[in-house]
Amino acid sequence: MTGIGDTWWWPYVMILVAGWLATDIWRWLGVFASGRMREDSEVMVFVRCVATALVAGVIAKLILFPTGALDNAPIALRIGAAACGFAAFFASRQKVVVGVAVGEVVLVGGWLLLGIG
Amino acid sequence: MPTPPSAPGSPEPDPADPPASDVTRGPVSSRVWALRGVRAAVSIPALILTAAFVGYAGLARESGLTLGETLAMAGLVWALPSIVVLTGAISAGMGLLPAAVAVALASVRLMPMTMALMPIIRVEGKTRKWQLLIASHFVAVTAWVFAMRNLEDYPREARLPFFLGFGGSLTGFVFCMTGVAYLLVERMPVLLAGALFMLTPVYFVCSLWGAARAAADKVAMIAGLALGPLFHLLLPGLDLLWTGLVGGTLAYGATRAWRRFS
Repeated sequence: MTGIGDTWWWPYVMILVAGWLATDIWRWLGVFASGRMREDSEVMVFVRCVATALVAGVIAKLILFPTGALDNAPIALRIGAAACGFAAFFASRQKVVVGVAVGEVVLVGGWLLLGIG
Repeated sequence: MPTPPSAPGSPEPDPADPPASDVTRGPVSSRVWALRGVRAAVSIPALILTAAFVGYAGLARESGLTLGETLAMAGLVWALPSIVVLTGAISAGMGLLPAAVAVALASVRLMPMTMALMPIIRVEGKTRKWQLLIASHFVAVTAWVFAMRNLEDYPREARLPFFLGFGGSLTGFVFCMTGVAYLLVERMPVLLAGALFMLTPVYFVCSLWGAARAAADKVAMIAGLALGPLFHLLLPGLDLLWTGLVGGTLAYGATRAWRRFS
């Protein structure tokens, strides 16, 4: 099915170690470091840059190389929908709900106009 | 002091209880504050997050994850970007160590977020470390943005139970809806499923920009958007690590140089 191990439990080991531990360790470190480390220090600024770039990379991949049903929409429509959503987010003074709604309307509208699936 | 990161134009996202009236009415028990946290969780940001997780359930199913694996990720990891990275890693057959590094890199931001929140919910000399460790699990964009904007309006004793009620009910509700969506997504029409998959990236791109505090964060986001697809084609497998390291270093270096010269 998935992953290297064909056993049923291997994905759970992945989730526990590479998921739960790799995520919550930062929250715990944040609890212990709060009050000791300045969160606007240069190290923190750099760390936030790396984290932000990585997550942005995930976003771009989800739009450009999607898995599943979104693959049916042409790439120009996917980029256009995301760009319109982001533009609407700005135009609405950074309201996430407006950005998401506009992105979805453009995608579904374009999808229906093109008569896919 | 940390400042609430996003939406400078919306000072009051959710009308929670006016705390001032409680001060005059005398002390309110922790349980009541927790219940008020639960009530405050019924909000627009919570709905968007739920919708994004519903979209994720579709992605998880397409990636070959079982219902149990999908729910374990939602409950244990509880940070959508990290969950999406881990899903990609598992479905690409990545090894444990590279997957852990990729997820850890995607999750680093939780540390400064937690650091900023702790002084707000802590009662000096009274709150135990383990209570904060439990509360810290609910630190993710939605609950954190709400907490940073609103918690300081509440009496100090109320903040921890209120945040636990808010975070716990948000996580619980999203967890259940993820399971329901996983079971239903197979019977969905292609258009609806496609629209759901689109929720996650659009929600991310908006909330990531909203959570950006410094210019460096915004430059890093733009660099990551450009480099992600490039490294996906050039260096498949470890592309996210390279995107984070190269894009983050470029953004940090450029904004630092700019700060120096201006």
